[in-house]
Amino acid sequence: MRDIAIRAINAAQQFGASYVDVRVMERTTEGIEVRNGRVEGVSSSASIGFNVRVLVNGAWGFASSDRMELAEAERIAQLAVQIARASALVAGDPVRLSPLSPQKGTYRTPMQLDPFLVPLQQKVQLLLDADAAMRSVKGVTLSSAMMEYSREHKYFASSEGSEIEQELYDTGAAISASAVDAQSNEIQTRSYPNSFGRQAGTVGYEFIEAMELVEHGARVGEEAVQLLTAPQCPSGIKTIILDGPQVGLQVHESCGHPIELDRVLGYEAGFVGKSFLTTDKFNNNYRYGSEYINITADATIPGALGTFGWDDEGVPAQRTPIVTRGIFNGYLTSRDTAPLIGLASNGSVRADGWNRLPMIRMTNVSLEPGSWKLTDLIADTDDGIYMSINKSWSIDDRRLNFQFGVEMAYEIKNGKPGRLYKNATYTGITPQFWGSCDAVCGPDEWAVWGTPNCGKGEPMQVMRTGHGAAPARFRNVQVGVGRWS
Amino acid sequence: MYSDEASVRALLEKVLHYSQAEQTEVVFNGTEGSLTRFATNHIHQNVAESNHELRVRAVVGKRVGVASTNRLDDESLRKVAEQALEIARIQPENPEFHSLPVARPITAAHGFSERTAQFTPEERARRVNTIVQLARARGLESAGAFSTTLHHEAVANSLGIFAYEPRTDAECHAVVMADDAGSGYTQRMFTNADLLDFEAMAQEAVTKAERSRNPIDIELGEYPVVLDAYAVADMLQHLIYMGLSATAVQEERSFMNGQFGKQLVDPKITFYDDGHELAGLPKAFDYEGVPKQRVNMFERGVANAVVYDSFTAAREGKPNTGHALPAPNSEGPLPTHSFLEAGNATLEELIRGVDHGIYVTRFHYTNSVHPVKTLLTGMTRDGTFLIEHGELTRPVKNLRFTQSILDVLRDVPAIGRDRVQYIDYLTVVAPAIQAARFNFTGITGA
Repeated sequence: MRDIAIRAINAAQQFGASYVDVRVMERTTEGIEVRNGRVEGVSSSASIGFNVRVLVNGAWGFASSDRMELAEAERIAQLAVQIARASALVAGDPVRLSPLSPQKGTYRTPMQLDPFLVPLQQKVQLLLDADAAMRSVKGVTLSSAMMEYSREHKYFASSEGSEIEQELYDTGAAISASAVDAQSNEIQTRSYPNSFGRQAGTVGYEFIEAMELVEHGARVGEEAVQLLTAPQCPSGIKTIILDGPQVGLQVHESCGHPIELDRVLGYEAGFVGKSFLTTDKFNNNYRYGSEYINITADATIPGALGTFGWDDEGVPAQRTPIVTRGIFNGYLTSRDTAPLIGLASNGSVRADGWNRLPMIRMTNVSLEPGSWKLTDLIADTDDGIYMSINKSWSIDDRRLNFQFGVEMAYEIKNGKPGRLYKNATYTGITPQFWGSCDAVCGPDEWAVWGTPNCGKGEPMQVMRTGHGAAPARFRNVQVGVGRWS
Repeated sequence: MYSDEASVRALLEKVLHYSQAEQTEVVFNGTEGSLTRFATNHIHQNVAESNHELRVRAVVGKRVGVASTNRLDDESLRKVAEQALEIARIQPENPEFHSLPVARPITAAHGFSERTAQFTPEERARRVNTIVQLARARGLESAGAFSTTLHHEAVANSLGIFAYEPRTDAECHAVVMADDAGSGYTQRMFTNADLLDFEAMAQEAVTKAERSRNPIDIELGEYPVVLDAYAVADMLQHLIYMGLSATAVQEERSFMNGQFGKQLVDPKITFYDDGHELAGLPKAFDYEGVPKQRVNMFERGVANAVVYDSFTAAREGKPNTGHALPAPNSEGPLPTHSFLEAGNATLEELIRGVDHGIYVTRFHYTNSVHPVKTLLTGMTRDGTFLIEHGELTRPVKNLRFTQSILDVLRDVPAIGRDRVQYIDYLTVVAPAIQAARFNFTGITGA
């Protein structure tokens, strides 16, 4: 890996680059999915290659290849320089990078059990057993159990003298059961520990063992079947309590994305949009949420999915305050965006593979724990709705108007759980919504929820991010949207 | 390297030779892709990629294993073949697996353009500059991307299939933004990059951005609408995921279940998938090397068919329509080259047909709320206007909708004649439509 990187850096400099960095990356992934009692698929994939990013006359160029040869390193370096010169044909202000001392070191994800070393049969059997537990419930018509784990070995070097080697692992799994009633066009699904992909972290196989997927199988199946005949969630302005996974996704969509400084500056406007958290609001006493809202971006949380040693520009992992007692005071930044608002990069840049440009991505953007216990929070709520695990999400191009649907809800009456509801949705405007939060549960109920499928950029990149969250309560929220009959 | 049929055939035959499985399939995808991205009226990201992926599916009895790699040296090829076999051997039988498909005649599709394959970074920059310069000249801000991609795709299996085709695509989209919350949009995609008319695209986005300044609030509720082609295609893409795969029907989670042969939507709606139609990105065969068949999913509004791969076809005793995705996947087969049949109205005529309603350029961040009810939510974006007495009058703030797609398609008074090829996750070619009812449930905050 090092030979390729050094050869590419030297070549790019000879062709005229003022700054060069190279990432050589090999990612190996194994995935297992069991569906309806049979093995749907077991697959293994490996992808290796390198990329060269250059600055020429203040403009960026980037090229990548899967041919791990020294001659190819020179060809790709030359192509990157050619592309940078083409960028200069439609130039903006020259790119400036925030200062960074040469970084040297290694990092490896700490873990107990390498998921690649656990026998495949054992992993398949675990999923088959969990699937069987769900299907033991009468009325379950569709069941799924999956796991996926990856190893990413990467080497970073730059013309400023940085050389970093990292080996990152991520491991995750989930189960889900669905019940269908064709007569009423109804389908209800329940997932554990999370929906849409899986719950994942930078951890080993011990993370999956601790999930106790088999033990949760029957409950997941029963809840799906119960939801099928549950009444429709009523509409109205309500008090809601969101569970940890849903708070995690709410943070991801309505805080994590709008604090990406490249998005704020308009770099994503042609695709997913901009951000309402414009630079005039930064460190200017802008109220993002209530006094109970403290949000951080922290790439050092042990085991969290957005944890690493250095980002893909060679900046060390770090913790950054984003919202403090409701006041907005931080962005996720890169070396080329941070100087534009007078800052240095806070190490938030990653690429999802050797063939993708590194860009600002969420690390672990978390709502810090409060002090409530969930049982006390429910007991303290006279009239409300508890909502659990996401099944639908959408947010506008400035990250203001959002709408979420959840798998399961139940009413809270006089401090006690009541009827089960299906098809619950809620909608709101980001700062008003966070401003309506009057309680966040404490450290005992706080966990980091992995989002393994965050899309951004063109060509599209899928990144792994983490979101610490605990159940939280919100007042005066619009619940129940759309026509369901 | 691996940029012609002979070299790709030799590579795939080598892997078939190395494999000790009872049946083996090898899928190859070589990509030379470039993308020039611009924002705030300058190029800020500009990238190129060269990659060659090889996927091996090994079959032992009713056991199937898949392994993939992008290392193509002999040792890696042997290893990936062994790994797929090892995965197959170690897992339980899938009693529903029948066989890999056998060879069928493939009619060539015309999805390759030498011009696109040879496009340079300088050419991309100059094309993009056409949009940037017009935006700058009008005091507007432009952002978007222009990509040109060359694919070499091939499938071979031990039952005699060998299929190879080079394909190209060129796509550009742009958002042009005015102050006071106005914006406009354009997007085009063709096999041949020279067919993209950048002058016209720039005009389309700039004109709409200037016209959509100072949008107003409206009362939420149900309105007649004209959905422009981008919005229609986005909606149809979601409809595909919600239930136009044989897997969804077989798992009884499709809106098509129990509806085949019934009038499901307006008789003006014919929605089909066709890998050979030149208005799309032609593709001759699927990821199992099976020739792609035209499938009319809705035929004059009647729920007619869904698409199949070898597994779902064998399971149901139906013909394989050639819509397999790379194995393994739980989604099953999908229509990836779909078309809504055009009508004969101009966009102006569609708008004239609405007395009081809303015109929508495109949607943003659409997502399924309930797939069986085809309930979709999302926002409007880049040009939403009030229609009054058959004319676009005032721009409207971006609106959230929560709406059943099938309900929209049930009452379509008119369909546009000009179609646009849209791409998000799938390619869909669609015209604008007039729809009698559309439910707006929210509005952008301040």
